[in-house]
Amino acid sequence: MTTLPEKTQRKMGLVIDLDTCVGCHACVVSCKGWNTENYGAPLSDQDPYGGDPSGTFLNRVHSYEVKPLAESAAAQLIHFPKSCLHCEDAPCVTVCPTGASYKRVEDGIVLVNESNCIGCGLCAWACPYGAREMDAAEGVMKKCTLCVDRIYNENLPEEDRVPACVRTCPAGARHFGDLGDPESDVSKLVEERGGMDLMPEQGTKPVNKYLPPRPKDQVMAASEAEIDILAPLLAPVAEEPKGFIGWLDKALEKI
Amino acid sequence: MLDQPKVDTSPKVSDEVRKTTCYMCACRCGINVHMKDGKVAYIEGNRDHPVNKGVLCAKGSAGIMQHNAPSRLRAPMKRVGPRGSGEFEEISWDEALEIAAGWLEPIRQEDPSKLAFFTGRDQSQSFTSFWAQNFGTPNYAAHGGFCSVNMAAAGIYTMGGAFWEFGQPDWDHTKLFMIFGVAEDHDSNPIKIGIGKIKARGAKVIGVNPIRSGYNAVADEWVGITPGTDGLFILALVHELLKAGKIDLTYLAQFTNAPVLVNSDPDSPEYGLLMRDKDGKLLVIDRKTGKPAPFDKKGVKPDLSATYRQAGITHRPVMHLLAERYMSEEFSPENVSGRCGISARRIKAIASELARVAFEEEIVLNHEWTDFRGEKHKTMVGRPVSFHSMRGISAHSNGFQTCRSLHLLQILLGSVEAPGGFRFKPPYPKPVSIHPTPHCKVTPGKPLDGPHLGFVRGPEDLALKEDGSPARIDKAYTWENPMSAHGLMHMVISNAYAGDPYKIDTLFMYMANMSWNSSMNTSGVIDMLTDKDESGEYVIPRIIYSDAYSSEMVAYADLILPDTTYLERHDCISLLDRPICEADGAADAIRWPVVEPDRDVKGFQTALILLANKMGLPGFTNEDGTAKYKDYADYIVNHERKPGIGPLAGWRTGEKGVSHGRGAPNEAQLQSYIDNGGFFVKHIPENCAYMKPWNMGYQDWAVELGLYDTPQPYIFDLYVETMRKFQLAAEGHGERQPPDHLRERIKKMLDPLPIWYPPFEDDAVDLEEYPVHALTQRPMAMYHSWGTQNAWLRQIHGRNPLYLPTKIWEANGFEEGDWATVTSVHGEITVPVAHMAALNENTVWTWNAIGKRKGAWALDNDAPEATKGFLLNHLIHELLPPKGDGLRWSNSDPITGQAAWFDLRVKIKKAQAPAEAQPAFDPIKSPVGHGPDQLTWKVGK
Amino acid sequence: MHPAPSVIVFTTLSGLGFGLLFWLALGLPDVTGWVAFVFFAIAYALAVGGLMASTFHLGHPERAMKAFTQWRSSWLSREGLCAVGALLAMAVYGAALVFLEMRLATVGLIGAILCVGTVFTTSMIYAQLKTVPRWNTPLTPLLFLSLSLAGGALLAGQAIIALVLLPVAAAAQVAWWFRGDKALAESGTNLATATGLGNIGSVRAFEPPHTGTNYLLREFVHVVGRKHAAKLRMIALAFGFTAPFVLLLVPFSHFVALIAVASHLAGIAASRWLFFAEAEHVVGLYYGKR
Repeated sequence: MTTLPEKTQRKMGLVIDLDTCVGCHACVVSCKGWNTENYGAPLSDQDPYGGDPSGTFLNRVHSYEVKPLAESAAAQLIHFPKSCLHCEDAPCVTVCPTGASYKRVEDGIVLVNESNCIGCGLCAWACPYGAREMDAAEGVMKKCTLCVDRIYNENLPEEDRVPACVRTCPAGARHFGDLGDPESDVSKLVEERGGMDLMPEQGTKPVNKYLPPRPKDQVMAASEAEIDILAPLLAPVAEEPKGFIGWLDKALEKI
Repeated sequence: MLDQPKVDTSPKVSDEVRKTTCYMCACRCGINVHMKDGKVAYIEGNRDHPVNKGVLCAKGSAGIMQHNAPSRLRAPMKRVGPRGSGEFEEISWDEALEIAAGWLEPIRQEDPSKLAFFTGRDQSQSFTSFWAQNFGTPNYAAHGGFCSVNMAAAGIYTMGGAFWEFGQPDWDHTKLFMIFGVAEDHDSNPIKIGIGKIKARGAKVIGVNPIRSGYNAVADEWVGITPGTDGLFILALVHELLKAGKIDLTYLAQFTNAPVLVNSDPDSPEYGLLMRDKDGKLLVIDRKTGKPAPFDKKGVKPDLSATYRQAGITHRPVMHLLAERYMSEEFSPENVSGRCGISARRIKAIASELARVAFEEEIVLNHEWTDFRGEKHKTMVGRPVSFHSMRGISAHSNGFQTCRSLHLLQILLGSVEAPGGFRFKPPYPKPVSIHPTPHCKVTPGKPLDGPHLGFVRGPEDLALKEDGSPARIDKAYTWENPMSAHGLMHMVISNAYAGDPYKIDTLFMYMANMSWNSSMNTSGVIDMLTDKDESGEYVIPRIIYSDAYSSEMVAYADLILPDTTYLERHDCISLLDRPICEADGAADAIRWPVVEPDRDVKGFQTALILLANKMGLPGFTNEDGTAKYKDYADYIVNHERKPGIGPLAGWRTGEKGVSHGRGAPNEAQLQSYIDNGGFFVKHIPENCAYMKPWNMGYQDWAVELGLYDTPQPYIFDLYVETMRKFQLAAEGHGERQPPDHLRERIKKMLDPLPIWYPPFEDDAVDLEEYPVHALTQRPMAMYHSWGTQNAWLRQIHGRNPLYLPTKIWEANGFEEGDWATVTSVHGEITVPVAHMAALNENTVWTWNAIGKRKGAWALDNDAPEATKGFLLNHLIHELLPPKGDGLRWSNSDPITGQAAWFDLRVKIKKAQAPAEAQPAFDPIKSPVGHGPDQLTWKVGK
Repeated sequence: MHPAPSVIVFTTLSGLGFGLLFWLALGLPDVTGWVAFVFFAIAYALAVGGLMASTFHLGHPERAMKAFTQWRSSWLSREGLCAVGALLAMAVYGAALVFLEMRLATVGLIGAILCVGTVFTTSMIYAQLKTVPRWNTPLTPLLFLSLSLAGGALLAGQAIIALVLLPVAAAAQVAWWFRGDKALAESGTNLATATGLGNIGSVRAFEPPHTGTNYLLREFVHVVGRKHAAKLRMIALAFGFTAPFVLLLVPFSHFVALIAVASHLAGIAASRWLFFAEAEHVVGLYYGKR
């Protein structure tokens, strides 16, 4: 079923806060663990103890260094988790020759039906985000399922019905919800913090959004700009210890 | 068109969830281990657990790969080839214990100090120290000496607790959080959870770190400080705050020794000591009467300003000394700016930001409480600035005083234990006065005279023999490092090899990779471990080592006691040891075998008990000669440190049934823990949750739980009198006198008020030649060397470049893929480099412990860890360069002996890419073979 | 993109094979009996051999039948249908020529259309990908079709047609390279849009997510040295177009024809290797590669 649904009932997805992600890789490994044991074939690892270890991961954390234009401004490091964005116009789905790739009508999750996958790899070619990885042992395409086997799972306590990466994220930098509902927490977060699309020009209309880092080094910028924003706070009560002790005595009187 | 496939959205997750405690690093989170067909299927965080509240880091989530690692040792082994070859023969436990007892029992009867027993990443120190104490050797410590003892000791001496296990920021209220260098395994998940909370509120984080990665990457403000100058920066902040009067006078007067009177007569033999009344109570001037009064007298209003003259001697309050010291131009932002690499304007801006948040954004909680003077308070006033730091500022030779400076700063702001500030976790706060002192008196065949490790109160507590020579092999608690609260594990092999202060017979170690990443001067240590004397015997005659995995250290031992994985063992994370409490409650936890070992291995603690039983060690033996404990689980349940107090606080047997905290042993205790998710927590009542050192509500609560025997209110020691006592000795006062070559150093470094001095290596090397600072830090997704054997984690961190700042990168014309030779006065390495702009311009760094020895960890010899990975350890020596005085000067903090890992200075030159990172080592023979070629891990059907 | 030998062999050979079938379907040359058999055998060897080769890169070739189901949306599925249709139609057409010495013109016409359709759908598999700006152009089908028809004409011994089409294909090839070299830069996709961090400053990939390699890097990131690529382009032009063109001008012999075909094949293989190896997938941006 590789034609995309006209419209999905919900747009379930992730909101990733780049201001908060410390780059710990917890989501990466939690995802690996859950999806190795659950949906479809295990995520295999080749040469796991050898010279060139390489395995299938559905979520990876990149890191980027950004140098602001101002010469004196310090470079910033931004940790950048990336997995399937469950695009509304998912090019990976329409290219699939067998119908193995599809976008679910009820929640918009993009999935691979592994028993129909011939492992041609074209869907991975069509994805601009590198969200799909061919499993070298199984020969089928693996991708983020948004933990479709968790989020509705009646064998899990209700609070655990979120993707494994969201449940494990120590910093709370990952949020899960219905981005099609403007009243949802995730939609409000996107609204408040200026959530953005990756590669909007690719026209994929990603459901997942990224919250940009908040402006950094503002105290430094102010001090560089010689703006005495806080000068009154540091107005000296005394320059010398002696004067200070005198001030102390008076100050104690007032307490 | 085909129909959309039907997906089973409610598959069975597991047959059973077993809840235990993680051991993928030192953080000790609660984990849910999902079991399928009796095997471990999936590991996630335990939502109810006080440490991690459900979240779990990469390491924890990869536990399944650790538990099933091909590097697991399979049976006890005795060495059959030469040391270092890795040639072993598997033997039975009976034979292994027979050999160990055959070595140890004669030592115990003749001279127990011939055994050096040091444990590394041990989480059972209250047990291992108990074992060592009963064996009778003074030579016991864990790894704190090369980890973060400066932080722990400075915190205890200053305010009765430090960071991490001792306390945490008030994550829910703080408005400004300032974080200095942190080792990632120290409070890993709680810090992330906390930063997440701060970020969710839009509150601010200031990161002070030469490297802008991890927490510093998300910090709103990054201060890329020059390594080793944090103390100077902090004291400049203090300078600014004092000058502006932005300090919490009420707090200082009531809750610290700032008003306590100090003997200020340089000619007095008690110069610098605190004034006490005849009952030994510290004296302050009461503002109401103008007369001296005990600091804790009901109704007293301590005066920060008045002086007092008695018998011709002027006594001044500590506050005077503080003002004199820190208002000096020495600490002005302009003066420290160059050294710290931070502009004076920025230092001032940060000081004013601290002042603004602390005093303009004060928060008030409507919790009534009564202080130790009996005064009732309607509210709790909070200064919502908080701080955190660990190894980054600690692992310098000026680390103790730097840590003290940080505590001074937060106390001056009045934020410690105040809402929004820093909060202790039970059993802390705990004043020095109720900690033990160190013990070192050896009696052949008998236990040591008391616990090894403690907090000295003065020269009288040093671990010296009658002739004044060091009693301990690591020279802890000697004039070289009088306040070495955690011992000096990094000096043990070096000292034992040198026979300084004496020779030993058996070195017994646990979970410490001393022939690789846990030692300074790795190649040198390998030589010491393998060197033989004239008679052809090894200089260190016998080495017993316990580890669960085929680490580099295994090859250097004569006898191997294989440990279990963390999912196969009993453990207790005890309030007697390094607890897992949160600021709102006291907690402890267990590990239990959620799976049984499939190999002939035993938990190390059980092996120690079997060994103790074989030797009939006191403390482990009943009067009738029978063994008290059959294994560690038995010990955990039945051992009592004092009547009613055991390793675990929960579910004890009280007079009327189950009780918590105090009570007799309860055979069902472990099952109760298991039923409760592997842990126990008792929450602190709301009005006792802050101001704990002075809050009688908390004090009474703590007594009831057994944390204290009696209430222990105290005031913070901005001025540490113990240090002044060592100075006095160095000035010639008192019975115990330091050797002359150490007098000047003690007078200077053991200053009772925080000071800053350059790291020792700065003085010992030519800074023109070695201008660059070199650091390591631990990746969030790996812990020590363990990560390497983990098939998932080693894909994330399989090799480690040396990161160079733009200035060095460009000056040397480096390009992607280049290598460099890095040289220190001690050694040279040739390693891959990478460019990083978000880095202090004079600092290079790399990830810690990625480099591996060929043959270790069941990896192939061409593993990137062994060919491209490298250790900075080769550049760092346990001793400072010789000064020409014939003495061995340790590369450690002169107060605590903490290993000064981060003092390292290097120079860097572009190099031809060698075939592999240098120095390269020969492979060691793997006692466990190599791992499989492919993993398709799935235990369920 | 990783220049996978299976895909290079497939597109090169099957392009040539379907090109040959196209001309045969139009009765160029108008052959029957054994001669027709030889022509068809060569054409089928190339087309089917190419298709077989293409299955080597599949994870599950045994499920290949499923690939015929998604013709509504998938160019790959359409290609499969076209190819099978073309081969079936041409089998009927060829069998009639070989065994009945009969030319079923209508079937031939259908076959010809399906042959062109096969090459076109193959090209659209690449041309549709916005993720590979170098491919994402109408020039890609033009290139594939002109190469296929020119090569087919060469194989079919249609010297005049080949003499016309070879320069056309060469021009398409040069135009395709010329555009391709600017394609990524002009696509509007770069590290700033990939990360959304461009408004803070200049973005640089610091560290890859894993130090170990992965499928994406193996599949999508292939760096060809500029000099090496230039050399290969010259080889592709010289062998693929110039040499066959010149050889077509010398008096015909089977040996010369064989050389011309072999030269063309080598040139097209080089071109096809570059087609993949030089193509930049935008996912490489996330890894700081091109």
